Amino acid sequence: MADAAPAVDQAAFSEWLQRMGDNCLILGHRVSEWCGHSPALEEDIALANQALDLIGQCQFWLGLAAEVEGKGRTADQLAYLRDAGAFRNVLLVERPNGDFGQTLMRQFLFDAFHHELLRALKSSSDPRVAEIAAKAEKEVAYHLERSADLVIRLGDGSEESRDRMEKALKALFPYSGELFTDDAVDQAMAAAGVAPLPSSLKPAWDRTVSEILAEATLAHPGEVYQHKGGKRGVHSEYLGYILAEMQFLQRAYPGATW
Amino acid sequence: MSSEWPLWEIFIRGQHGLNHRHVGSLHAPDAEMAIRNARDVYTRRNEGVSIWAVKSNDIVASSPSDKGPLFEPSNAKVYRHPTFFDIPEEVGHM
Repeated sequence: MADAAPAVDQAAFSEWLQRMGDNCLILGHRVSEWCGHSPALEEDIALANQALDLIGQCQFWLGLAAEVEGKGRTADQLAYLRDAGAFRNVLLVERPNGDFGQTLMRQFLFDAFHHELLRALKSSSDPRVAEIAAKAEKEVAYHLERSADLVIRLGDGSEESRDRMEKALKALFPYSGELFTDDAVDQAMAAAGVAPLPSSLKPAWDRTVSEILAEATLAHPGEVYQHKGGKRGVHSEYLGYILAEMQFLQRAYPGATW
Repeated sequence: MSSEWPLWEIFIRGQHGLNHRHVGSLHAPDAEMAIRNARDVYTRRNEGVSIWAVKSNDIVASSPSDKGPLFEPSNAKVYRHPTFFDIPEEVGHM
């Protein structure tokens, strides 16, 4: 396997990879919280599959992040032994599951972004990134198909389901803007051809979201205040609780294996 | 919730060239979601290349009480099995 182009700043590259991995890890964990609680057996399995897809992708991204970092850490150590301030996921993915509609809306807003991003990453200048993206893109294409379909069904469904989807959209849309913010790390990755600028993915995301919301008969929230911070480690209080549950075993029994 | 959804019978083809086989059933509000649910419930371990979903209501089944007249007459007709022929060596494995 070829090394990354020498022009890439390795610290920035590792930081960017952690963002990729942490989004998958935290969303994967959130989705896994539905296991055994979903409204129907079929949904339960579908959500568990999706959680496993995301955690599988996280393993690749964090594995590469650790390798690029070069400090001898592993993907597991990054996942289980970092504190909240070292996590780089966007705020959207740590939002609580809420009701089924909220979980689906969060998933849809993220999937529409995730799919665009992975499609672009398939032609990354770093072959390792391109390879992970090619595998993940197929999984995420299905995630998007599924979440978009359910947003339409529930939005354009009963009065109750429509009402819940409207509330979910209103609550979560203010967390979608962070997906498209560019910072120095993003600029370094774009300059080296490793990844597209997040802002460059916005028009395609806007198109998908507008189209699906229209079909779901849900009013587009338009320009609203956007919360930011997760990408640089400034998280909501929810992340601490997620980590407390997710990391408990490794923290209480360091190095435990099974 | 799922009790309001109709039941579907799911058939999966494991490999090209093989027949679709019945693998089980599930609930779904319509055909499109039946296929999607089948993908999630029955192909998690790389079981298939094709899915059929059929509404359970649309399946016509023989009645268990007709078992006698339907099936027992063939019990005593072993000559219907092609086991009474001598197969020449040259034919090889059949």
